[in-house]
Amino acid sequence: MIEHDIVIIGGGPAGMAAAIAAYDSGARDVVILDREPELGGILRQCIHNGFGLHKLGRELTGPEYAAIYRDQVLERGIKVYYETMVTSFTPNKVVTAQNREGILKIQSKAIILAMGCRERSRGALNISGTRPAGVYSAGTAQKLVNCEGYAVGKKVVILGSGDIGLIMARRMSLEGAKVEAVCEIMPYSGGLTRNIVQCLEDFNIPLYLDTTVAEIHGKDRVEGVTIAKVDENRRIIDETRRYIECDTLLLSVGLIPENELTSSAGISINPITNGAFVDENRQTETEGVFACGNVLQVHDLVDYVSDEAEIAGKSAAAYVKGELNASATIPTVAGNGVRYVLPQRVNKDAEGDVSLFLRVTKPFGKVRFTVKSGVNVLATAVRLKAAPGEMEKLVLKHEKLTLVSDAITVELEEI
Amino acid sequence: MKKELICIICPRGCTLTVDTDKQPVEVIGNACSKGEVYGRDEVMNPTRTVTSIVRVANREDTMVSVKTSCPVPKDKIFNTMEAIRNVSVNAPVRIGDVIIHDIFGADVIATKDVL
Repeated sequence: MIEHDIVIIGGGPAGMAAAIAAYDSGARDVVILDREPELGGILRQCIHNGFGLHKLGRELTGPEYAAIYRDQVLERGIKVYYETMVTSFTPNKVVTAQNREGILKIQSKAIILAMGCRERSRGALNISGTRPAGVYSAGTAQKLVNCEGYAVGKKVVILGSGDIGLIMARRMSLEGAKVEAVCEIMPYSGGLTRNIVQCLEDFNIPLYLDTTVAEIHGKDRVEGVTIAKVDENRRIIDETRRYIECDTLLLSVGLIPENELTSSAGISINPITNGAFVDENRQTETEGVFACGNVLQVHDLVDYVSDEAEIAGKSAAAYVKGELNASATIPTVAGNGVRYVLPQRVNKDAEGDVSLFLRVTKPFGKVRFTVKSGVNVLATAVRLKAAPGEMEKLVLKHEKLTLVSDAITVELEEI
Repeated sequence: MKKELICIICPRGCTLTVDTDKQPVEVIGNACSKGEVYGRDEVMNPTRTVTSIVRVANREDTMVSVKTSCPVPKDKIFNTMEAIRNVSVNAPVRIGDVIIHDIFGADVIATKDVL
C-alpha cells in the first residue's frame, strides 16, 4: 500500500483545478488518477469555443482551456497516474485503482471526487423499435467525430435540446450531414440560448418542442424514426406520430454524475442533483472526502467547475493540515421556484463569503431571488430571466452569516 | 429598421434590439460592450468562428482540433470547412500553430498539442 496526502479521482477540468488549488494552498503530496492517457477529461472532445469567458476573460476551445490547467498541473510537478481506473474507495480513504502495472492501493488523508458525468442511454429511456446500428449518445458521437475522425452518419435526428445535442447538431452539419430535426420533450430547450442561435438557427435546423422519439426503425442500420408530440404529462399523443427518414439518432437526454464509487463508499446521493450532499467547503458527509465539478452537480459552464474545484482543493489542503472548519451546519432549502440549492449545508462560521448555486424549476422572466433565514433577509438579486438550463450563483456575504438561524431558504418571485 | 436578436458572445444571451435606421447603428439591451459590437456586426456583417478537426498524418487514428483565429463571414463557413477538410498536418503540432494561412481573413490554427 502506498500513501499520498490528497488523491484526486479524475483529471478533467475539476480534478486539475482542485489539484492546483490544493498545491497552491501548501499541499505537496497531491496526485491525480485519470483513466485516459492525457489530462483534460471531457474538454478533450469539446473542440468548440465558448470556454473561459468568465474565468479567464478569453473565448477558448475546450482543449485550449484544458491545456492551460494541464500546464499548471505539470509545472507544479503534481504526479498524475494516467490510464488508471479507480475501482473503489473506502470510508477510511483507501483508494483502489488498476492500470497496466496492476492494482494500486493508496492510503490517503483526503480524497477529492472529480469523476464527471456519463450520459443517459436509450435503454434508460425505453424507446421502442428495433435495435439497428446508428443510435449514439451525443457525447459518444462527439468523441468519434472529434477525436477519431469518423463521420457517424449522414442524415441525423437528435433527441434532446440540451447543449450537447445542440453542439452536435452544428458539428454534424459542418461535417456535411443533414440534421433533420432536434426534438425536445419539454416545452422549452435545456441548452444555453446562444447555442439555439449558433447551432440551430444558423443552420436552419428545426427545433420541435413537446416532441419525443416514439420509435426507431431499421434492421441493420437506422432507416428512420417516428417522432410524436407529447401532452402535459409527457405522454405520446398517438395522432401526432410522424416518420422522419434518417440513418442516425443522437440522444442528448441527460447527464448523470458518475457516483458509483461514491455510493459504494457509503456516501448518500441527493436524488435531485444526483451528486453528494456537501457543505460550502465541498466536503461530503464523509470527513475528508470532497466533491466538485460535474460529479457533484451538472454544470453548464466550465468556468464554474473550475471555481468549485478550487474550493474543494483549498478545503482538502486545509483538512490535511487539521485546519478545516466544519462545525454547526445549517441546511439550505430550495424555496419557491427553485429546484435545488448547493451547497446543501453551510457552516455557521464559514470563512469568507458563501456562494450559493441553484437551478430554477422552469423558465422565468424577470425575477428577484431572496436568500433568507427565519425573518432575516440575507441577500437578494434580480435577474432579467432565469432558466433551468442556466445555473445561477448568489453570494451570501460573510457578515450576513450572523443572521442565520436554523435554515437558509432560497426562493424567487416574479417581478 | 429594427431587428431583435440574441447575443451569443457569452452564455448570458442578452436580447438585443438593433436599429439600422439610426446613424451610427444603435444597439440596446446589451449588458457589456462586446454585445454592442456583436449586435452591430450581426446585422451589418455577420461572422462566426469555425472550429473543426484536421487529421494528423503521421500518427495513427489521431486528429488535432483547430479553429479560425478570428471569425470568418457567416456565408463562408462551409467554404472554410471545405478547406479544413482538404488538409492534414504532421506532428508535432502545438496550440497556435498555423495550419492554413489567410482564409477569408483568418488563419486556421491548432487548439491542441499533439507531440
